[in-house]
Amino acid sequence: MTEVGAREANAVTDAAAVVAPGDAGARAAPPRRPGAGRGGRAGRGFAAWIWGLVGILTIALIWEGYKLLGPADGVVVGDLRIMPRTTDLAMPHVWQMLGRLFEPVTRADDALPLWAAVALAALTTLGIAAAGWLVGVVVGIGLALVMQRWRIAEWGLLPWIVLSQTVPLIAFAPIVKSWGSRVEIGAFEWQDWMSVALIASYLAFFPIAIGALKGLQSPDRIHTELMETYAAGYWQTLVKLRFPAAVPYLLPALRLGAANAVIGAVVAEVSTGLQGGIGRILIQFAGQASGDPAKAWGPIFGAIVLGLVAAGSVALLGVILSNYRRNEEHA
Amino acid sequence: MSAAVEITGVDKTFDTRSGAVQALTGIDLTVEAGEFVSLIGPSGCGKSTLMRLIADLDEPTAGTVEVFGKGARQARLDQEYGIAFQSAGLLPWRTVAANVALPLELHGVASAARSTRVAELLDMVGLSDFADRYPDQLSGGMQQRVAIARALAEQPRLLLMDEPFGALDEMTREKMQSDLVRISAETGAAVVFVTHSIPEAVFLSDRVVVMSPRPGRIQEIVPMRLGAEAARAARTEELREERAFFDMVTAVREALHQGSPVGTAPRGLENR
Ligand SMILES: Nc1ncnc2c1ncn2[C@@H]1O[C@H](COP(=O)(O)OP(=O)(O)OP(=O)(O)O)[C@@H](O)[C@H]1O
Ligand SMILES: [Mg+2]
Repeated sequence: MTEVGAREANAVTDAAAVVAPGDAGARAAPPRRPGAGRGGRAGRGFAAWIWGLVGILTIALIWEGYKLLGPADGVVVGDLRIMPRTTDLAMPHVWQMLGRLFEPVTRADDALPLWAAVALAALTTLGIAAAGWLVGVVVGIGLALVMQRWRIAEWGLLPWIVLSQTVPLIAFAPIVKSWGSRVEIGAFEWQDWMSVALIASYLAFFPIAIGALKGLQSPDRIHTELMETYAAGYWQTLVKLRFPAAVPYLLPALRLGAANAVIGAVVAEVSTGLQGGIGRILIQFAGQASGDPAKAWGPIFGAIVLGLVAAGSVALLGVILSNYRRNEEHA
Repeated sequence: MSAAVEITGVDKTFDTRSGAVQALTGIDLTVEAGEFVSLIGPSGCGKSTLMRLIADLDEPTAGTVEVFGKGARQARLDQEYGIAFQSAGLLPWRTVAANVALPLELHGVASAARSTRVAELLDMVGLSDFADRYPDQLSGGMQQRVAIARALAEQPRLLLMDEPFGALDEMTREKMQSDLVRISAETGAAVVFVTHSIPEAVFLSDRVVVMSPRPGRIQEIVPMRLGAEAARAARTEELREERAFFDMVTAVREALHQGSPVGTAPRGLENR
């Protein structure tokens, strides 16, 4: 749970960063990447991988270092334990946790290895998160379009959109589930996974709406007036100018939305008790930690990889759209 | 045939928080078809405002603006003019060719006709080899030439240019001026050209409109010696060296200084 909490906090600071480009006086410099040569880009990609690897190794080293040198009972100040216990129960060795991934989940004969069980659960969650993300994209961009088109809608809606994120919908997850179970329109029947996807979309739409709004509003006056001189209508201006100009703002927003959707899905799985996803086995394996401490870490690694995959797929979108991230002033 | 631009009794007042700003008063100006007219005057005298009124990006507070015999709004909707601003204003995600093609694309020109026309235009501004580059890969002067090609894309009979060469170095600037003279002669378009440079105005124009500020008005219209057609042909690099050129520069400079209380004009008199 702390893992998730920390990443959520991260997401909030990132959300602030999405809002920043327009406000921080950086109007002329939206988060565009200057048109670097292809060689440099590839080199930077390679360096990023190396640094990622170095980071992981460093964390593993710190983990093992603390486990080796730290007191068995952790560091306690007054009644507060500010550093965890270093016992094998609280902090299994890195190799134990990794090794456990390749052992069967249970002692049953047909049991899958842990990594496969985690991967299956992660795929389920990824599917639900993706559905939530898509809903978030549609709702977020829809809201941004309305707010961009009508100033008054921006005044009316934006405060509510911001306020919406202060409502801990996750706390209401069980209620969403029970409301959902009463929805039945013709042949359509509300499924439990849809409640989870709905919560995921609720977390995903926010950065997307904010980022898309900033992006749609980002074209300079010279460009909007140019479209005016061409007697271009609203839709033409939207397609030829506003959407392309929004791409550098949309990409980080979409990535953030994807990360939020994953977090939302995992937490909603936990709180609605949905079977099959990674949230469920997270809780389940944590319950078995006293007998099998390394096992509980499997789903945690799974959740991290899941977030990376989700954010990475959006990054792929950024590569495809790289021409929209050029900067005219570069010359 | 009606004049390219016919401005009658135009006032423009901006309402700002600190009160009304009189940007233009009593402007009367006619630009004939095919004529090259420059607007020159100190900063804030309303040159850009006047151009924006012609382009229907702003509306006059009083008076009328007609472009080829129509209201400015109708002329804009009919795409009677092409426009180039001080900064090129290219779309950074489009290649040079795609930028030039933008107006054609917006107005439903078929793709084959479009690429022929774009090739033609890029040839005209000497950027054929750069068709597939992106704006960030071009120098400022090249970007400006792309913007001019874009403004010419639909063969407008009127070209509006607001300090298009303001950001360029002197060498590039002179080259662009020669290019513009050639292009405007080739296309026969009327040009309304805003500039801060007296030599530039003299070199390019058939007539130079000298404006003065507070409130913005036309101080004097200085005809350049030669008639339009003859002048265009004669406007080669040699002209810059000729005596007549310096005489015209002096004429414009004197007209400019009449309007502002610098130099010999007694202070305070002009402001009342
Ligand atoms: N949108 C506006 N709102 C309020 N005042 C304006 C607006 N646009 C122009 N003005 C005022 O109108 C006057 C003329 O401005 P304009 O931009 O036309 O001058 P200019 O001759 O183009 O100056 P420059 O040579 O510096 O470009 C100025 O006093 C300016 O402050
Ligand atoms: Mg101006």
